[in-house]
Amino acid sequence: MSAIYILWLRELKRYVRSKAQMVASLAQPLLYLVALGFGFGPVFEKSGNGDYRQFISPGIISMSILFTSVFSGIAMLWDRQFGFLKETLVAPVPRIQIMLGRTLGGATVAVIQATLVFIACLVVGFRPVHWELIPLAYLFMMLIALVFAALGTAIGSVLQDMQGFQLIMNFLVLPIYFLSGALYPLKDLKTGMKIVTRLDPLSYGVDALRNILSGIPNFHLATDLALLSGVAVLFLGLGAWLFSRIQL
Amino acid sequence: MIQVEHLVKKFGEFSAVKDVSFDVQKGEIFAFLGPNGAGKTTTIKMLTTLLNPTSGKITLDGLDPSHEKHAVRQRFGIVFQDPSLDGEQTAFENMELHAVLYKVPRKVRSSRIEQLLKLFELWERKDDYVKTFSGGMKRRLEIARAFLHTPKILFLDEPTLGLDPQTRNQLWTHVKHLNESEQVTVFLTTHYMDEAERVAHRIAIIDHGGIVAQGTSQELKQQTNSDSLEGAFLALTGSTIRDEAATSADQLRQVAKMWSNRR
Repeated sequence: MSAIYILWLRELKRYVRSKAQMVASLAQPLLYLVALGFGFGPVFEKSGNGDYRQFISPGIISMSILFTSVFSGIAMLWDRQFGFLKETLVAPVPRIQIMLGRTLGGATVAVIQATLVFIACLVVGFRPVHWELIPLAYLFMMLIALVFAALGTAIGSVLQDMQGFQLIMNFLVLPIYFLSGALYPLKDLKTGMKIVTRLDPLSYGVDALRNILSGIPNFHLATDLALLSGVAVLFLGLGAWLFSRIQL
Repeated sequence: MIQVEHLVKKFGEFSAVKDVSFDVQKGEIFAFLGPNGAGKTTTIKMLTTLLNPTSGKITLDGLDPSHEKHAVRQRFGIVFQDPSLDGEQTAFENMELHAVLYKVPRKVRSSRIEQLLKLFELWERKDDYVKTFSGGMKRRLEIARAFLHTPKILFLDEPTLGLDPQTRNQLWTHVKHLNESEQVTVFLTTHYMDEAERVAHRIAIIDHGGIVAQGTSQELKQQTNSDSLEGAFLALTGSTIRDEAATSADQLRQVAKMWSNRR
């Protein structure tokens, strides 16, 4: 247990200590929020969908969780190359504990980062419809973070070099983001696109946050909860298995 | 303390280690010498539970590393060929993390960390990030860390690579001191013959995956009619140069060096 805690703490320390990274990872969501929010806003409103900022903010929060948590897993690449991973892998601690410590740490960092983005959204003019439901929104944020931190750990366990990182970014992370409905409504899509977006676990996270924070539902909250929990268990299992197979 | 019998490790068709046998007594300092790619690191990896042998038997303090991994890991400390510290944490935090992973009782944790950091002359820098440390300081911290959980065996895989003579000298003085005061068995590999001659009680020379000779440095010299250990080493292993292929880790480290000086 204490092994999980100390590795969780390490992830947090690394995050808090790299202020530059904190600011840098705020810039991208803010760019989306401002450029798309104000750029597409008028068109979105004219088509009768309401305020685009209300619509897009939960999507931007989800995006920051996705990016932060996947990258925290991929950061294992550095630990592998700079050797710290070895120090933890020869320790008399079951690998599952090491994997859980890292993954939970990454997920926690993602939720903190999402909180900063949430605040930024408020500054730009986003207003949650039910303030009292914020704790419920946080439950979903944690779930999204867990899903993608576990995915990040799974990826980090098999990646050997930086070239692979580009591959993951372009063929996995960005598609997950763009096909999740973070930026556009999923309800009137053509069949093919509908299927693809429904296979994307982030769709359910975005939907839950949009439902709770902006009052715009598409799926059921219960569906979102069930699917995200299922995927979280699946990815944690996958991550634990791949992590246990790391050879040095 | 360490018994190895007919150890073999194959990677596909290639045999990295073939039929290696040796014994290391409790409290002994045992050096493993050999050219690049001779099988030193592969042997250390098998002794330290990181690789399973293809065949053969290893016993560490009466335990089998491929089956009783955790019990074995608790009993040894290791300093790897390449660094394994967390640059983004302080020296003290690196020690603390190790203490938690190795279940050093909370009561003795701080005092043991303080004692070791003082011994390795790092106490003044305990709150500095490891990324600001020089190569020699990092190495000292790694050795201090390896001693933290009072291991019975210490593995040192080319610990002095890239260090200046002063640091190397000081490092071996500490290792010798701890070997005597804590009765730690030391298993080391190095490319520096003078170091092996100075600290090791017994030496094994390994080449092409097999042990070609073992004994005290005196015995090795007599065996080969050489007046130095270096001469004995060259007589036993020949003078061909062995080139190792760079791994993806080496390549990435190069890139990382270009990109940042943060670590």
